[in-house]
Amino acid sequence: MKRLLFLISLYLWAGGVAAALDPARLKDLASDDFDVKQAAVATLAAAGDDTDAQRLLKALSEDAVAVAGERLVIVAGDQVLDAATGAAIKPAPANPESINLNNSLRQQVDGALAAVRLLSTDRAERLTAARALLADMGEGAPLLPLFDKALAQEQDREIKPILVQLAAQAALGSPDVARRLQAVRDLAGSGSPAVKALLLPLLDPANEPEEKLRLEAGTAIKAIDARLAWSDTAGQIFTGISLGSILLLAALGLAITYGVMGVINMAHGELLMVGAYSAYAMQALFRAKFPEFVDYYVLAAVPVAFFVAAAVGMLMERTVIRHLYGRPLETLLATWGLSLVLIQAARLLFGAQNVEVANPAWMSGGVQLAENLSLPWNRLVIVAFSGFVLLLVWLMMNKTRLGMFVRAVTQNRPMAGCVGVPTARIDTLAFGIGSGIAGLGGVALSQIANVGPDMGQGYIVDSFMVVVLGGVGQLAGAVWAALGLGIVTKFLEGWAGAVIAKILVLVFIIIFIQKRPQGLFALKGRFVD
Amino acid sequence: MQNRRSFVKAAVLSASIAAIGGLSSSAWAADTIKVGILHSLSGTMAISETALKETALMTIEEINAKGGVLGKKLEPVVVDPASDWPKFAEKARQLLSQDKVAVTFGCWTSVSRKSVLPVYKELNGLLFYPVQYEGEELEKNVFYTGAAPNQQAIPAVEYLMSKEGGSAKRFVLLGTDYVYPRTTNKILRAFLKSKGVADADIMEEYTPFGHSDYQTIIAKIKKFAGEGKKTAVISTINGDSNVPFYKELGNAGLKAKDVPVVAFSVGEEELRGVDAKPLVGHLAAWNYFMSVKNPENDKFIKMYRDWAKKAKLPKADTVVTNDPMEATYVGIHMWAQAVEKAKSTDTDKVIAAMAGQTFKAPSGFTLKMDETNHHLHKPVFIGEIKADGQFNVVWKTKGPIRAQPWSPFIPGNEGKQKL
Repeated sequence: MKRLLFLISLYLWAGGVAAALDPARLKDLASDDFDVKQAAVATLAAAGDDTDAQRLLKALSEDAVAVAGERLVIVAGDQVLDAATGAAIKPAPANPESINLNNSLRQQVDGALAAVRLLSTDRAERLTAARALLADMGEGAPLLPLFDKALAQEQDREIKPILVQLAAQAALGSPDVARRLQAVRDLAGSGSPAVKALLLPLLDPANEPEEKLRLEAGTAIKAIDARLAWSDTAGQIFTGISLGSILLLAALGLAITYGVMGVINMAHGELLMVGAYSAYAMQALFRAKFPEFVDYYVLAAVPVAFFVAAAVGMLMERTVIRHLYGRPLETLLATWGLSLVLIQAARLLFGAQNVEVANPAWMSGGVQLAENLSLPWNRLVIVAFSGFVLLLVWLMMNKTRLGMFVRAVTQNRPMAGCVGVPTARIDTLAFGIGSGIAGLGGVALSQIANVGPDMGQGYIVDSFMVVVLGGVGQLAGAVWAALGLGIVTKFLEGWAGAVIAKILVLVFIIIFIQKRPQGLFALKGRFVD
Repeated sequence: MQNRRSFVKAAVLSASIAAIGGLSSSAWAADTIKVGILHSLSGTMAISETALKETALMTIEEINAKGGVLGKKLEPVVVDPASDWPKFAEKARQLLSQDKVAVTFGCWTSVSRKSVLPVYKELNGLLFYPVQYEGEELEKNVFYTGAAPNQQAIPAVEYLMSKEGGSAKRFVLLGTDYVYPRTTNKILRAFLKSKGVADADIMEEYTPFGHSDYQTIIAKIKKFAGEGKKTAVISTINGDSNVPFYKELGNAGLKAKDVPVVAFSVGEEELRGVDAKPLVGHLAAWNYFMSVKNPENDKFIKMYRDWAKKAKLPKADTVVTNDPMEATYVGIHMWAQAVEKAKSTDTDKVIAAMAGQTFKAPSGFTLKMDETNHHLHKPVFIGEIKADGQFNVVWKTKGPIRAQPWSPFIPGNEGKQKL
């Protein structure tokens, strides 16, 4: 309603009533009473094409307006400007107290700014304004004459459809039946949930007396729903793939150490943690030493995390695990002990609290594919990264001498030893590589989850789940299991909520392992167990 | 082994003394008064609770610098229950029967408070709980210095429904899966129904502690919001899950103008770990904000900043204060006043002396401990997140309001409204 009032006043102004800025009324902007403040913003918005008013509106939307003593001012860097005239005040008053708008006032101010810009001569400015209004218009009906005027002037092929849409949204409340009908038809081509929300009330005879229009609105909603359903499913599959890629990164290292070498490494989660802390350390280093390249710390963190985690893993293997090969129970206990040692070490080094790892600018935000489908960059990057790591592991296992040795030792240790494979060294190296890959997983996790000393604990169960489900000793199994679990979990979450989904997935795995203990893919061939 | 035996002995001994003689364990105090601090310094809750430990230590030092209480210095005993709920009970028992503390300041999550309650009742200890919670509880041995639902959750929802707050018509109740969010959402659902909101316009979602993948939930919220009518999200997510939640919210482009999120467990401290720019305009409801301007608050902030430097806290130059820290600060001071009034640290005498205590709090109001219900009278503020992680107060009550620990919106509580 308040928006309506303000827009009506805006409309009145468009009829030629230009109000100058009255300093006494401006003071109302700093009022504690919401209604007074709102009226002040509306008056200001009504004077929207006055340059003084525009400057003040712009300053308001940037939170740059402040009160200094009894005077309303605009703070621009070091300078303090008078709010009414824009003249610099000298000497600048001390401690101006900034006034802030709440969400509804901010929407009002932004709407007023965008509406005026629709008539600008600068194409880029018109386009931004039109898009801003489309994303966030609220009650648009009183703006209709303005849209019509803008539409009549507009020649640009990109801006015009947006204006048609805006005008159609605003025309839904028009008293003219033909106009309303046309508006509903124009909107049927949209794929936006917001438009659907606008059309929904029209189905009710209380809001829309015309039968023909109600039917038309119903058809339009169906058309929009069909488009939304498609992008909804696409979105769900993407979230599933994204979760799958994270599971894969977490589990890939384990697929080598447990799957291929048979070491039940309970400290695997802590190797992820080591990788994540490496990313944190690189971030700190870049912030301190190369602040101009801080956005690229993630790239530097990738090799660092790999080598640090690999070093920790090899140290573990040399000092503890090597002595326990073939004794799975003791390995389990010893590595669990190691995990506690690593957690405590992280606490001592970095403190017990979580540390902040920021997404670099190029990994923030998302790419908008459809009105209701935007894919976040950080997740896209992680999906690509997991593909890259997978490729590396596959190349390493299948195309290098080391990979061949690892496979040979796995399949038949005594025979491999007989033909001259240095089995002990291969064990250490393979364990190091598995650990290093866990470190890479840690870097990816640092971009989406919390980094803290016990972050690894949350991933150890998931990692084992993936490896066991996929079939021990199979990289391809791990890939399918991770993606499958990711997508299944996400569909279950959408249907039953996160808590139930987790339970259902675990129940499913229990049943699956009972029916098929060897996992999705079993190793075939003759080899010594 | 020796330790455990003496521990059991001590527990049995103090329990029997408490039972037979009616004496509290605090009567054993010597030339210092021991004060227990029971906050998680590791695990999922450390993000929130560590600052409360620091606040408690700072306040104790402040009181000691002024001569202590009853002429004795306060001696803090800090333990770390590590976000592990059964461990809270274990550590509480240790504080009461081994260290013989006169009072404990501690707990954040309701599940941890529920876990220590039997211990405080059994050993007749005294616990000050500094965090907003779901109500439905009133224990003789506990003083609640945080908000009850009518001092935080209900005003926040009323604000969202008001013209000023955007006239929301549909609500997503999103929380971590444990007693506080579940009970709060039960109260809110009943409240919304009383305001004529249909069941179809309320969506309830829970996630486990430490949940870090909010993609599906955000997608669901978007879909729910797209079905006409203004939608608002009420978040009772606790602990470090808030960081991935807000990150995802920012990445998914869900703006406060379209779907405002009001949080009951997110304050200045939690926002230190996130880039606040995409979150501008989302809301939080508390009884104190760091951005509140008054001399008490300036003093409080300065004291904490100095403390942070002295204690060499990580990132000491950017430390912030928040609502539960203020509640801890108020609680310790009120307890000290009550001990002075009772001229004893005996649990029952202090409980009697607590009734009606007042304290000029950093929120800018003089808070009063209610005469009967062990809750503070508190003002309510609603703030919008600013780009620097601080809050811009957009709404507040005229003065402190009395707590209703037994929400009138839960059936069966009708007879308890006088409490």
